[in-house]
Amino acid sequence: MSRDPASLLYAETHEWADLTSDDGIATIGISAFAIEQLNDLVYMDLPEVGKEVAAGDEFGEVESVKAVSPLYSPVSGTVVEVHSELPDNLEKLNEDPLDFGWIVRIKVSGDEGRDKLMDHAAYEKQCSEAG
Amino acid sequence: MSTDLLSTPLLDWHRGAGAKLMSFAGYEMPIQYSSIVTEHQTCRTSAALFDVSHMARLRFDGDHSEDLLDHLLTRKIKDMPIGGVRYGLICNAEGGVLDDVLVSNLETPSQRRFHLMVVNASNREKIKNWILPHLADFPTVTMSDRTELTAMIAVQGPKAMDVCKRLFKCDPTKLKYYRAVITEQFGKPVIVSRTGYTGEDGFELIVRAEEAERIWENILLCGRDEGFAAAGLGARDTLRMEAGMPLYGHELSETIDPISAGLKFACTLKDRSFIGDEALRKIHADGPKQRRIGLLIEGKRPARDGCPILDDSGNPIGIISSGGPSPTLGKPIAMAYVDAASSKQARYAIDVRGKLIHATAIPLPFYKREGN
Repeated sequence: MSRDPASLLYAETHEWADLTSDDGIATIGISAFAIEQLNDLVYMDLPEVGKEVAAGDEFGEVESVKAVSPLYSPVSGTVVEVHSELPDNLEKLNEDPLDFGWIVRIKVSGDEGRDKLMDHAAYEKQCSEAG
Repeated sequence: MSTDLLSTPLLDWHRGAGAKLMSFAGYEMPIQYSSIVTEHQTCRTSAALFDVSHMARLRFDGDHSEDLLDHLLTRKIKDMPIGGVRYGLICNAEGGVLDDVLVSNLETPSQRRFHLMVVNASNREKIKNWILPHLADFPTVTMSDRTELTAMIAVQGPKAMDVCKRLFKCDPTKLKYYRAVITEQFGKPVIVSRTGYTGEDGFELIVRAEEAERIWENILLCGRDEGFAAAGLGARDTLRMEAGMPLYGHELSETIDPISAGLKFACTLKDRSFIGDEALRKIHADGPKQRRIGLLIEGKRPARDGCPILDDSGNPIGIISSGGPSPTLGKPIAMAYVDAASSKQARYAIDVRGKLIHATAIPLPFYKREGN
């Protein structure tokens, strides 16, 4: 099953959150736009399972040839799963950012920070303005 | 982007090519056109064109210009032949590096001789202000800043010389490494210098600003079948790191001396008098307090400038000065300064934002082209 970009919510910092699951677990990744902007990814640092994060907290890092970019959690909760195959297959992030490219799953603890997330149309608008 | 940035004569071309632009040393410069890794590999396998017009170009005319420069530089300038190019440092009296520069001894077709000094963009005003008081001691010498009137283009890669040899009135393949000549391209004057900052063979051109775009496009067209492409400052940085070359502000600063930096080859200390000579002789005799080393990082996580190097007890013994992934080696590399007493270790621990990674010391450079 392929994830529909229109069904996701987006943070200003380019993470996406899939909150459509019934079990209260959000799947988090980064957008195709961010991956293209970062360009030439070389390293990703993932959190430990069990880590508690608040919306807006840094939960990991992604590095390109030129720079280090923090990954910020769009939701509050506990990390229940990390995509451990991803750091060794960063080139696949370019091809498939929404499905293979998921980074962590977080058991959501509340709505905190939800109002700051954008729907797909608003996020697209932000990206087109950033050029 | 803010409009108070300076632009090189090639900025419109970079914009048209879709380059990602950034502010660098006051200039709006291309960081990459497509991908840093692709541009890096173009330079290593074919040839890449770099707009390096932001580098400052200072011209010294008049009798005794070689004496002025000899007094300012760690490298002997007085005995340079016409067409010679030398890399040297401008130091303060304590031996700290004010800038690393290239000096060429050139002659125009009408037999007018002058010296040209290429200075880092970020140090342009500092170096001009440093030289001004010394000019008074050499009344026959004039210094003129040619940066705005000219553009500078680096063409670097194994195919650079061969493809471009027909472009100039003189055959640049006849130029030896670290030699330069004033010649012509389509009847317009151009300085061709067989130098570079990538570890590859190639040349650097200085052309009139108004000719820059035409020559840039000429070279791209000439090398089209060989895969020539424009490359930005991102690739320039990964290329020079692999070549083990210092970058001012990273491996060099006013608190780092050339001996610690491993640049003794660029210091002629015997039987000469220049600014900083006594300090450098003492550092050379006593041994430097720190040394620049090369590191091959274990794992995939790069260690970048500013990361501390720790001993077994967690005490800092050094600091990374430049670091990042090496596209050629496929793993991260770094240059670092470590205390002289710790500079012979085979392996080092580096603190990357709270996480410890390890690296093996390897001799610089990380990359050497074939036949060199």
